[in-house]
Amino acid sequence: MENSFTPEKLDKIESILAEDLIEAGANSVIFIDRAGNIMARQDNGHCEHDVYSLAALGAGNFGAVNAMANIVGEDEFSLLFHKGQKESLHFSKVDEESLLIIIFGKDVSLGFLRLKVAEAVKKIREI
Amino acid sequence: MAFINPRNKEVQVKIVYYGPGRGGKTTNLEHINSKFKERIRSEMVSIKTYGDRTLFFDFLPFEVGKIKGYDVRIQLYTVPGQVKYNATRRLVLKGVDGIVFVADSMTVQREKNLISLKGLQENLEAHNKNIFGVPLVLQYNKRDLKKRNIPILPFDVMEQDLNNRLKVASLGASAVTGENVLPTLKKIISATMSSLQDDLK
Ligand SMILES: Nc1nc2c(ncn2[C@@H]2O[C@H](COP(=O)(O)OP(=O)(O)OP(=O)(O)O)[C@@H](O)[C@H]2O)c(=O)[nH]1
Ligand SMILES: [Mg+2]
Repeated sequence: MENSFTPEKLDKIESILAEDLIEAGANSVIFIDRAGNIMARQDNGHCEHDVYSLAALGAGNFGAVNAMANIVGEDEFSLLFHKGQKESLHFSKVDEESLLIIIFGKDVSLGFLRLKVAEAVKKIREI
Repeated sequence: MAFINPRNKEVQVKIVYYGPGRGGKTTNLEHINSKFKERIRSEMVSIKTYGDRTLFFDFLPFEVGKIKGYDVRIQLYTVPGQVKYNATRRLVLKGVDGIVFVADSMTVQREKNLISLKGLQENLEAHNKNIFGVPLVLQYNKRDLKKRNIPILPFDVMEQDLNNRLKVASLGASAVTGENVLPTLKKIISATMSSLQDDLK
């Protein structure tokens, strides 16, 4: 089956999400496929968001933005960012089949988060 | 493809309601939402336009208990039926595990059903899927209109039009009254789960 992961691989991904992203101050992180399924997730313990709906919308949003990229002659926009008053969302492509969505508060700097995301993505790809 | 998590023994299954505009896809999900309130922990998500037409999709997740030791989480989606939204329909079909095709029984909509079913076949092909290989249930909706003297197609004619080659389960239904909405859902869930049997070990 194309997107089934072994328990060991999922363990590794979850520890990367926890150690690189939650440690860096993210409130919640979900690792999803392009169909909107959640493959792995981590949060800081005080996050009550409906992550299943977020995953469905996030996959749809990413797909829609990539379709727009094609219209303007780009292959894709591999990174998206939505800024809110208190919470912000950061989307990044991991590979052709998966994405990382991060929810973070205003106490985390975007630059720092981006750096951490790039590291985490690299580690996940190397598993 | 369904996502099977061997670690927490959970499987996420994507079922898409597809069909022509105004056929009753959103109304199906609204009925399911109202009947399954206690099992549905999150709100139904609907991205729609001012006139209540689906713009992107509706999304309704719920749990159906354990199958083969796995917690099964069903995620229902609808597509936007209006002709101009084909790119969006194709996006929503990404990773689909099972499909309910909601046809409109009104005689005046006959052609629209055919066009939509053909579109489904093409959109599945774009994802390297074959309509004959995907779990599929046909629902002939709006049967209630007969009582209001609005011309509807006889069941046999709809079978001939839509199910002649597919030969899948089909049900007459009324999404507004709720008639056969849950039986349609049960049929597609069981067809989808049996197609996943071998992957759940
Ligand atoms: N009489 C009758 N009307 C129905 C039935 N199902 C849906 N409708 C009505 O048909 C209209 C369109 O229904 P929707 O559920 O929004 O249709 P849809 O397939 O989601 O349409 P799009 O989002 O544009 O693709 C609404 O006014 C519904 O109340 C039915 O079984 N009988
Ligand atoms: Mg709709």
